[in-house]
Amino acid sequence: MRRLPPVAITAIVFVVGFALCTAQFPNFASTRVAANLLTDNAFLGIVATGMTFVIISGGIDLSVGSVIGFTTVFVALAIERLGVPPLVAFAAILMLCAAFGAAMGAIIHVFDMPPFIVTLAGMFLARGASFLMSTESTPISAPLYSTVSDFALRLPGGGRLTAIALIMLAVVAAGAVLLHFTRFGANVYALGGSRATTALMGIPVGSMTVRIYMLSSVLAGLAGIVFSFYTAAGYSLSAVGVELDSIAAVVIGGTLLTGGQGSVVGTLLGVMIQGLIQTYINFDGTLSSWWTKIVTGILLFAFIALQQAMLGIARRAGPRKAGVLKP
Amino acid sequence: MMPTMMQRLLQGRGLAQIVALLVILAIDRAVSPQFFDVRMQDGRLFGSLIDVLNRGAPVALLALGMVLVIATRGIDLSVGAVMAIAGAIAASLADAYGLPLALAAALGAGLLCGLWNGFLVAVLGIQPIVATLILMVAGRGVAQLITEGRIVTFTASDLVWLGNGAVLGVPTPVVVVFGMLVVTGAVVRGSALGLLIEATGGNARASELAGIGTRAMILAVYVWCGLCAALAGVIAAADIMGADANNAGLWLELDAILAVVIGGTSLFGGRFSLVLAMVGALIIQAMNTGILLSGYPPEFNLLVKAAVVLIVLLLQSPRFASAGAVLGRARQ
Repeated sequence: MRRLPPVAITAIVFVVGFALCTAQFPNFASTRVAANLLTDNAFLGIVATGMTFVIISGGIDLSVGSVIGFTTVFVALAIERLGVPPLVAFAAILMLCAAFGAAMGAIIHVFDMPPFIVTLAGMFLARGASFLMSTESTPISAPLYSTVSDFALRLPGGGRLTAIALIMLAVVAAGAVLLHFTRFGANVYALGGSRATTALMGIPVGSMTVRIYMLSSVLAGLAGIVFSFYTAAGYSLSAVGVELDSIAAVVIGGTLLTGGQGSVVGTLLGVMIQGLIQTYINFDGTLSSWWTKIVTGILLFAFIALQQAMLGIARRAGPRKAGVLKP
Repeated sequence: MMPTMMQRLLQGRGLAQIVALLVILAIDRAVSPQFFDVRMQDGRLFGSLIDVLNRGAPVALLALGMVLVIATRGIDLSVGAVMAIAGAIAASLADAYGLPLALAAALGAGLLCGLWNGFLVAVLGIQPIVATLILMVAGRGVAQLITEGRIVTFTASDLVWLGNGAVLGVPTPVVVVFGMLVVTGAVVRGSALGLLIEATGGNARASELAGIGTRAMILAVYVWCGLCAALAGVIAAADIMGADANNAGLWLELDAILAVVIGGTSLFGGRFSLVLAMVGALIIQAMNTGILLSGYPPEFNLLVKAAVVLIVLLLQSPRFASAGAVLGRARQ
């Protein structure tokens, strides 16, 4: 193992974790647990896919949690109070999210400001706007919602692969194709490698930045819709702190936080590892949920330290190879 | 320190922030006519203006540590979590072991947290946002571990005094902030330390070559930031006579960063002002209090903050700065 790719390490951590859980709780290795793992983390998987693009391009998006909260409130109010058909409401919110992300990307590029602080302002803005719309939890009772929550592919062994889990898997698959097999994806890697070089190569850095943040916000909006399917309600305080969970998932998934390296599949594994910790805590019954945070923190540290060590080795070995990590 | 501050004021550095604070206070006065009324009651000053100072104390303390970190071109996202840890420790120890030990343990924990962040940034060379993200995620879990998931309350009167008492009529938190400001100011501006910190932020490599121990500088500012955050956590816990690991210091790291940025310290490092960061913290608190007094829902706060962040950042942006001295300072 001269250089084991970070994704492989993530996969090993997941498999070992799953095996340990199974050793302790024999019922763990069932399609039911696996399907629930996908369903419970569907929104996180979608939003983390968007975050992967942003982080590989060398940026960060702190606004995604607030955008999810905003989306759930917007969708709930549009459907329940205004009587808008759900699909129209979805289209409207996704367009709104696209505009929001594009605006953040444009500010980052035009004014040459750190993405961290611009998306921080976006986070305040989206959360504040959702508070202004409603501070109460609004239940959604549209027929579409019960149809979606009733839909599931039956797996052997009693597992139910729900609609939102399928949406998440589709998004991850589409994201992987977009990132690894298209010109857009190659440009994202290039941006993360070096902005200046990318610009000199003739890639339109400005429009790329706008499109990357647009993608992240639209996926956050989609995650919000999925979240509203999951909870059948819109609440302005939903998904607080999800930006951190998704950044953690991306990093644990082996994406370099300085940009230029990473993969969507790794991110999915990162999400699954976080879900695994949560499921283990549920199975155990005596551990409290704050252990999730501590274990996630430890994993974050382990992966960041690993990245740092690999970078150090790469630097010593000579000029770093830029470019696409082979999936 | 004073003459240089006066000179800077005369040159216009900090003028924008002070004008902004006065404008916000004037708006507050318009919203609530008795805003400037200050009265003495039970040996303590009361009034909206005192309230702004008092409520602003935790953010001011955080900003005091954060401004040095940002001056080295870093950032500390973990201060809110450190607040929660320190508050949890102080609240769980105060009744059984007395104030000195509780305070020492809480501040010691803050130092350790700062040391951890500093180690990751200075020794392992991890980006500050990422390095401090680890403690931001895990720290709140640690705080909950200490309080065992409950809201720990205490009755120790000396710890309560830290949050609710008064020294010569001035609320204790305000006195603590002022004391910390004087100490920090004396240390960094009374010696060359401040200059070395600015040099580290301006260009770490050049500073290293010039013989500045940049690693030690970076380590020191994170340790100081951890200490300030722990103190803020103790005061916040003393204020509500309990420690709530879930909510103590939640989102305050963002307010602290905002205070520093409003105070004209660039996120790109290399330059800082302690006093203006304090003014920034006061501006934020005066806005919060004003919104509360005006009867708008407190949620409105977030929108106003978002607008303020954007405006300040646009003014600080290199594109704008080339047009002249903005916010009272040129960028070079």
